[in-house]
Amino acid sequence: MAEPTTATAPQAPTGPGGGLDTVERAASTPDVAQPWRELGLREEEYGRIREILGRRPTSAELAMYSVMWSEHCSYKSSKVHLRQFGEKTTEAMREHLMVGIGENAGVVDIGDGWAVTFKVESHNHPSFVEPHQGAATGVGGIVRDILAMGARPVAVMDQLRFGAVDHPDTARVVHGVVAGVGGYGNCLGLPNIGGETVFDAVYQGNPLVNALAVGVMRHEDLHLANATGAGNKVVLFGARTGGDGIGGVSVLASETFDATGPAKRPSVQVGDPFAEKVLIECCLELFAAGVVEGIQDLGGAGLSCATSELASAGDGGMHVELDRVLLRDPSLSPEEILMSESQERMMAVVRPEDLDRFMEVTGRWDVETSVLGEVTDTGRLVITWRGEVVLDVPPRTVAHDGPVYERPYARPSWQDALQADTAAALARPTSGEELRATLLRLVASPNLADAGWITDQYDRYVLGNTALATPDDAGVVRVDEASGLGVAVATDANGRYGYLDPYAGAQLALAEAYRNVSTVGARPLAVTDCLNFGSPEDPDVMWQFQQSVTGLADACQVLGVPVTGGNVSLYNSTADTPIHPTPVVGVLGVLDDVARRTPSGWREPGQALYLLGTTRFELDGSAWAEVEHGHLGGLPPAVDLEAERLLGDVLVNASRDGLVDAAHDLSEGGLAQALVEGCLRYGVGARVWLDELRERDGVDAATALFSESTARVLVSVPRSEEVRFTDVCSARQQPALRVGVVDEPGDAAVLDVQGLFVVPVAELRAVSTATLREAFGS
Amino acid sequence: MGRVGVVTFPGSLDDGDAARAVRLAGGEPVRLWHGDADLKGVDAVVLPGGFSYGDYLRCGAIARFAPVMEPLVDAARGGLPVLGICNGFQVLCEAHLLPGALVRNDHRTFRCTDQRLRVEASTAWTSEYAAGEEVVIPLKNGEGGYLADEATLDRLEGEGLVALRYVVPEGGRNPNGSARDIAGITNAAGNVVGLMPHPEHAVEAGYGPDPRTGTAGTDGLRIFSSALRQLVA
Repeated sequence: MAEPTTATAPQAPTGPGGGLDTVERAASTPDVAQPWRELGLREEEYGRIREILGRRPTSAELAMYSVMWSEHCSYKSSKVHLRQFGEKTTEAMREHLMVGIGENAGVVDIGDGWAVTFKVESHNHPSFVEPHQGAATGVGGIVRDILAMGARPVAVMDQLRFGAVDHPDTARVVHGVVAGVGGYGNCLGLPNIGGETVFDAVYQGNPLVNALAVGVMRHEDLHLANATGAGNKVVLFGARTGGDGIGGVSVLASETFDATGPAKRPSVQVGDPFAEKVLIECCLELFAAGVVEGIQDLGGAGLSCATSELASAGDGGMHVELDRVLLRDPSLSPEEILMSESQERMMAVVRPEDLDRFMEVTGRWDVETSVLGEVTDTGRLVITWRGEVVLDVPPRTVAHDGPVYERPYARPSWQDALQADTAAALARPTSGEELRATLLRLVASPNLADAGWITDQYDRYVLGNTALATPDDAGVVRVDEASGLGVAVATDANGRYGYLDPYAGAQLALAEAYRNVSTVGARPLAVTDCLNFGSPEDPDVMWQFQQSVTGLADACQVLGVPVTGGNVSLYNSTADTPIHPTPVVGVLGVLDDVARRTPSGWREPGQALYLLGTTRFELDGSAWAEVEHGHLGGLPPAVDLEAERLLGDVLVNASRDGLVDAAHDLSEGGLAQALVEGCLRYGVGARVWLDELRERDGVDAATALFSESTARVLVSVPRSEEVRFTDVCSARQQPALRVGVVDEPGDAAVLDVQGLFVVPVAELRAVSTATLREAFGS
Repeated sequence: MGRVGVVTFPGSLDDGDAARAVRLAGGEPVRLWHGDADLKGVDAVVLPGGFSYGDYLRCGAIARFAPVMEPLVDAARGGLPVLGICNGFQVLCEAHLLPGALVRNDHRTFRCTDQRLRVEASTAWTSEYAAGEEVVIPLKNGEGGYLADEATLDRLEGEGLVALRYVVPEGGRNPNGSARDIAGITNAAGNVVGLMPHPEHAVEAGYGPDPRTGTAGTDGLRIFSSALRQLVA
C-alpha cells in the first residue's frame, strides 16, 4: 500500500499500518489502535470523537481534533471562567463595541467612522525553545489577527518577562527575544510604541513573550471570519506550506516513516517578515477591491483551525482538496499539511465572479494563491487527498463544541501564611543618606532601570503617526491626520501582586493600564488580556486563574470597559514551580486630538508638581521589598476602582483643557520612581517636599517615597492654570497636594527632596541606563 | 508644484512617510511602482526606507534590478534629483549611482535613535541648510555602517561629497561604525544623495525627534524643500 517516499512525490500516508487512511477505510477498520494519547487526547475525548463520527476517526481527523481540542485552541480548562467576561459586560459597556470576544480580535468604534481593533496574545513556550523565531512569529501571528479583521496594522507592543537578570541563561533568551520582536516588527514597518520588561527568577525556565497589535479601519471595512454562500471559493494565499511547527502530530507520521523519510519536524515555526509585509499590503488591496467575503489568518493549528473555524462560523459546510495546497516540502503527508503552522498564510472566502480580480491582486504582489475548494451547504467539512475522502466531520464539533472542563480549584494551603508575612517588619530607611542610597538601588534595579537597551532596537517612527512611545505612560498613535483623532494603548501586569492575591492582582493590572491611558489624556474604551498562568491541572493554579478572571471581569464592570478579546496561556512553569499569576491587561483609549496628549516628563521650570491621590503604608509586594529585602509577602496595594475612575476623569479633562503639561502615574517604585522618571524624561530637575504629604497621610518618609498605593498620579501644572486645576480637583473631591516645583534643566539639574537628599539628574541617568546595557552588552 | 516620485518596492516601509514629507514640503508626491519602468514624468525621485525584497541577499541588491530602476538610473545620470533614504541609500550604492556600501552595524544590533548630524555639502537635497549646520533626524537601521576603500573615502572628502556626517560626542563612537562618521554622500553633480538617517520622520512637530533633543523635531523637512525649491528655480 505505501508509496515510495521521494523528494518530489507526496509522501504517502500515514494511517495505521501504512497507506492512506480514508474515511471509508476508517469505517471498515474500527478496531485499529490509534495514537490518541501521544497526541495529547484523553481517553474520554477520543471516545467522544468516535461518538461524534459514529466510527473511528481517520488519522487526518484524529490530527485535526487533537490539535483543535488542545488547551491552546479549545480553552477547555479556561472557558467556564472566561464566560464571565461576556456575562459581566453590560449594555452600556457595549456602546462602542463593534465586535466582541470570539472573533480574531475585538473592534471598537472610536468615532468619525473610524474603528480600531487590538489584541494581545502569548507566544511563551516557543520563545523559550527558540527565542528569536518564537518571539518573531508571536509578532507575526498577532499582526495577522488584526489584519484578518480588515484593518491596517498600525502599531505593536511587547510584554516580556524573563528570568533573573544575572542567571546565565537569561542573556540567551533576552537577546533572541528582543532581536526576534525587533527583527520582525521592524521589517513589517510597524512602530513599537511600548511594552513591559520584567525580570524575575519565577520566569527562568518559562519566559513570557506576549505581543499586542493595533489596527485601524473605516467602519465599512470590517471583515469577519466566516465561510458563507455555497459555491463561494475557499482560497489559501501567502507563503507556501512547509513542515515547520508541526510538533506533536509527528507521532502520527512517525508510524510509517522509514529511515529515508523526513525525521521529526521542528516544533517552532520560522518567520519571514518580508512575506508578511507583502501579505499585509496584498490583503489591504484585496479588501479595498471588495473581493473578500470572509477571511481568517493561519496561526496555531494551521489549516485545521482555519477550515473548521471558517466553516463552523459560516454556513457550516466546506469542501477542500488538500492536494491543492502549495507546498515547500512535497513530502508532507495530509495530516502534516493540516497541522503545519507555517507562517504568513491567510485563507479567504471569495465569490466565484470575484476570483479573477482576487488573483490579479495577489499576482501583482507576487503572493502565491491556490483555490482549495468551496463553501457547501452540507453542514460537513470534507477534505480529500487525491480524490479520496480523508476527513468528513461536522465542523462545529471541531472548532466550537470542544470539551469543556470544570477543573477543580481551591485556595492554596500556603496562601494565608503568605499574606500574613507582611513587609511591616522589614527595616525601612529613615535618614536622608539612607533614603538616597535606597532610591539609587531601586533606580538601578532591572525592573525599574531604563529599558532603552531593548526599546532602541525597535523602530518607533515608521508610519509617521507615533505621538508617544516608551517611556511615556502609554503609546499614542494618530489615526486621522486631518482631525488628529488617535488612540492610546497601555498594558500592565504585576505578577508579584497576583501571587499575593490573584483577584486583586488582576484588578490592579487593569487599574494601572486604565490609569496609564488616562494619564496621557485618553478616554479608556476597551480591554484586551493575555492570561499567563501555570498548569490548570494544579488546583492552586486553577484557583489563581479563577480568582484573576473574576477580579478582572468585576473590575471591568466597575470601570465600564469591556474585554474585547485576548488569549490564555496555561502550563507556564519553571521546573515544578508555576509562574506568578500574570494577567497582562491592555487598555485602549481614544483622544479626540493627539496634539493634546500629555507626556510623562516636565519641562518648564517653575511649574507646580501636584500629587493626586493618597498614600498609604503599602509596601507588601513592592519593588522596595524586592530590591532591598528580597521579600514577597503580605497583601498587594488596595484596589480602589472608584478612585481610579475619578482620577481618570480629572486627567482626561485636564489634558483636554490644557491644565497639565506633564503627568506620570505612580506604580512600581512609588513616588520616588515617578519623580526620577519625570526628571529623566527631558533632563529637567525637580524640588520636592514631603512634609505636608507625610502629615496629611500619616506616613514616614520611606513610605511616602516607596509605597505603591494605587490611584496616584504626579502632574506638572503651569502657574497660570494652577487655580483652575485645583478648583477642578476640589470640585470633584480629587485629593491633590502640591508637593514640589519643576526645577532647572541642563547639566546641573538635580532631584532635590528637601531636607532629605539631593541627586543630580545626570547621576540618575547614569545609574538607570547602566543596568541592562551592562547585563546584555553593546 | 514639483512632482516628486516615491518608489514602492515589495518591503518598502517608509514610502508613505516619504510621500507625506513631500506633501508637507509643498510638493506633489507621485507613487511609483517597482515593477513599472516608468517615472511618470516626475521632477525628482525618493527611494524610501524599508527592507526591499526582505534584504535577504544583501541590502538593496535585488531592488537595484527592479524595472523602475532602469529609467531611474538613466535619469539620475542626466541630473534628475534622486534621494535614497536608508534602504534607498543602499539601493543607490548597489546601482553604482553612489560609491561604497552599507554593512551591518558594528555593534550588531538594530538601533533607533534621534541622531545629531552635521550638514557638510550643499546638494540638490541640502541647499536649504547652512554649511556646517547641526540637525537632529531619526536614525533607525541594522545595516547602516558606511564603508568604502580608503581612496574613495579620500576622494569623497577631497571633493566635498560627504553630504552629512554624524556628530559624535568626544570620546564616543558613531552609531553604526561608519567610516569617517559618514551619514550621507552625494555624487559629484550634487543631484544624487544617499543618507542613512530618515529625514521623512522629522517633518512634523510632535511626530519626530523627541523634544529632549532640543529641536522642534522638523529638521528633516528642508531636505525635501531643498529639492522642491531647486525645481522652481
